[in-house]
Amino acid sequence: MSRSNKLHSVAAIFDNPDKVIFAAEKVRDEGYKKFDVNTPYPIHGMDEAMGLGSSKIGFVTLFFGLFGGAFILLFMWWSLALSYPLFIGGKPFFSLPAFFPITFETAVLFACVSTFIALITVFFKLPFNNHPLHDTDYMKQVSVDKYGIYILLEDEKFDKDKIIELFNSLGASSTELIYQPKEEKYSMFQPKYLIFLVFLAVGTSASTYLMLNKLMYINPFNWMEFQEKLNPQESSLFFADRRSMRTPVNGTVARGFIPYPYKGIANPKEVLSNPTLPTTSFLKLGKKKYLTFCSPCHGNFGEGDSRLNGQFPNGPTFHSDKVRNFKDGMIYHIITNGQNSMSAYDRQISREERWAIVDYIRVLQRAKNAKNSDLEEIKKEPSTND
Amino acid sequence: MSLDYSEDMVQFTREPQLVELDDLIAKPVETNPSKKYFLALTFTASLLLIGIICTGITFYFGIGTWGNNQTIGWAFGITNFVFWVGIAHAGTLISAILFLLRQKWRNAISRFAEAMTIFAVMCAGLFPILHMGRPWLGGYLMPYPNSMNLWPNFISPLVWDVFAVSTYFIVSLLFWYLGLIPDFATLRDRSKDKIKKIVYSFFSLGWRHSNRHWRHYEKAYMIFAGLATPLVLSVHTVVSFDFAATIVPGWHSTIFPPYFVAGAVFSGFAMVVIALLVVRKVFDMENIITLNHLEKMNKIILLTGSMVGYAYLMEAFISWYSGVHTEQYSAINRAFGDYAWAYWTMVSCNAFIPQFFWFRKIRRSIPAMFIIVILVLVGMWFERFVIIVSSLSRDFLPSSWTYFTPSLIDLGILIGSFGLFFTLVLVFTRTLPVIAMSEIKGIVKGAQPTHNGGAN
Repeated sequence: MSRSNKLHSVAAIFDNPDKVIFAAEKVRDEGYKKFDVNTPYPIHGMDEAMGLGSSKIGFVTLFFGLFGGAFILLFMWWSLALSYPLFIGGKPFFSLPAFFPITFETAVLFACVSTFIALITVFFKLPFNNHPLHDTDYMKQVSVDKYGIYILLEDEKFDKDKIIELFNSLGASSTELIYQPKEEKYSMFQPKYLIFLVFLAVGTSASTYLMLNKLMYINPFNWMEFQEKLNPQESSLFFADRRSMRTPVNGTVARGFIPYPYKGIANPKEVLSNPTLPTTSFLKLGKKKYLTFCSPCHGNFGEGDSRLNGQFPNGPTFHSDKVRNFKDGMIYHIITNGQNSMSAYDRQISREERWAIVDYIRVLQRAKNAKNSDLEEIKKEPSTND
Repeated sequence: MSLDYSEDMVQFTREPQLVELDDLIAKPVETNPSKKYFLALTFTASLLLIGIICTGITFYFGIGTWGNNQTIGWAFGITNFVFWVGIAHAGTLISAILFLLRQKWRNAISRFAEAMTIFAVMCAGLFPILHMGRPWLGGYLMPYPNSMNLWPNFISPLVWDVFAVSTYFIVSLLFWYLGLIPDFATLRDRSKDKIKKIVYSFFSLGWRHSNRHWRHYEKAYMIFAGLATPLVLSVHTVVSFDFAATIVPGWHSTIFPPYFVAGAVFSGFAMVVIALLVVRKVFDMENIITLNHLEKMNKIILLTGSMVGYAYLMEAFISWYSGVHTEQYSAINRAFGDYAWAYWTMVSCNAFIPQFFWFRKIRRSIPAMFIIVILVLVGMWFERFVIIVSSLSRDFLPSSWTYFTPSLIDLGILIGSFGLFFTLVLVFTRTLPVIAMSEIKGIVKGAQPTHNGGAN
């Protein structure tokens, strides 16, 4: 480091810790404020000798530790109880003890990392590699086995000769004047630097591209997306029918399904009887399913005035005498089996839902042909217009 | 024999000058290594190469190349993981717990032990990733907002493991680096070589040994030690939860956390003793890492070994006392079943062999302690093997009972992890000061003021 002729500080070297601690006390007593002691290892009692209070770094640790713990606890509560609740044997979504380990670990992580960062950047104000003390004989001695004090030029009582005299009277083995380093100027537009930047940019983009698009997909790295197994719908020579999947045996009944006895008969002689009770919730289910599956053709009120009118064979109205005289089982049969151009809905609508639709159609029919007694019943009840 | 416990241990066989210490510690860093060093490095790197090849085979063909089967799904992979995490714990114990207990003798060995912590955690971290089979999916272990809106299951001990081990690694690394900063500064001021000087300046961050820095430094060091102490206990506790939180007979046990922590310290100290024995000999550091240090370490090995032995007895007792048939069977099966050979290796190496350390002569005899600590490491590896494999091989479903035979790939990866560990240790001894210079200088006689007012 080349030096300018601007003074930075006056430094003195002491040979043993007793001398330096005594000297530090004296320097402080003389009224100097901007001074520092350099020792190769921390010396007991030096903080008091220099008149320094205790370090405040602990508050950083405390704050960020508590913050980290609280943050992760809230985050885990949010993710497992609100964002994506996991059902595990009916246990509560958030039971505190199970969340302690991660809360603790994260609190420690936040505390340590924040302490470290605060220590280096805020408390030490490092990195500082062009400090005037670097590369001086003074620094080279205090980093091995000597003990040094230096007083800065900025100090109010700074007087070069007086300080040297003071140091000598305190038993300094040598004193040294420390000068500011010459200011070095680095231009951003130096060709060397620009070429370096270009290489860096090109190198980074090229290697990223190659890595992500080429290298990562060179065989065998297909990321196990292609595996030696057969998927349904693929062909395989293993079975005589050359299908990879096995179709169920004839007459197989899927779980939760009951075979419908009048399947495929256009006009059955007898039909099932309605096994359900038209409760409010059941009718609401019927309404929902009716609006989903039936209303596109038959209209929202079963009048055959669908929104697909003209684009599609028109569904008949439910308010004709013929339909009103159908048994419940007949309507169920038509939904299950289909009729004319209407296809069967047994695969899309469950057994219970089909009966619910039947009940709801009865409600629509009753509403179109309401009796006076119905109106009186309605007046007695609060509005159920939903 | 002196029984005055307030008296400090003799730290050095001969009180050194501060400059001498620097010269001695910086010598491996500043001089060119000898032929023997390269020979050793070749050996460990060859072990590492075996591991790399076996890892490659694992990634290419999948986990099917391992000896794991349907019943014993956790075998070598998790055994090695727990083993290496355990090795790591000695470093933190020395650097943090002994620091809080004001044990000055830790200053000579703390840097080395901390480095071993970091390398051991690296080795440990490899195994869960290898065991995944599709290591690129490991990212899902971390909670990050993904397109599937999925979060990790935070109440799974396996996820706790991820948090515990990664926190442990980061904190150990910061703690280690914090201690290295003043030493980098000393090396910077010593070095004559221009490139080395730039490197050391970079890593020393421009440290000036300033007392206005030291006071924060010491406080922060204390805070780190205070946080690392519960952390290190929690890490192996969480590792033991991987087992204790399941219902597999032989795993479902509340003694696991303390038992695992004691075992971890036990095996870790054994590993540190092995490495120190080599280092003090090779780098002529017998004056700094004295027999007194090794004796103290051996005492801790004796203590933790006895704790582990107690845990073995207690496990057997509780399984009988519980009255649960499967627990009783699992205890008997461990001692007399298919894995009796592994069980008795473990008991003799861990509980009986360290008892030799009751004798002062053996505690201070280098060949004897070398053999004993190697046996301790063998025993501790088998402890994890017995816990994992023998329990899984006899689960609740007798039709799935089976025997585990490791494949060559299993063994290759285990050897490779030792190769990785010792390669890193060897590289470390030549690139960084193996003893914390700024700490060891502080305990030399006359290094601290007598507070007699500067009178000479």
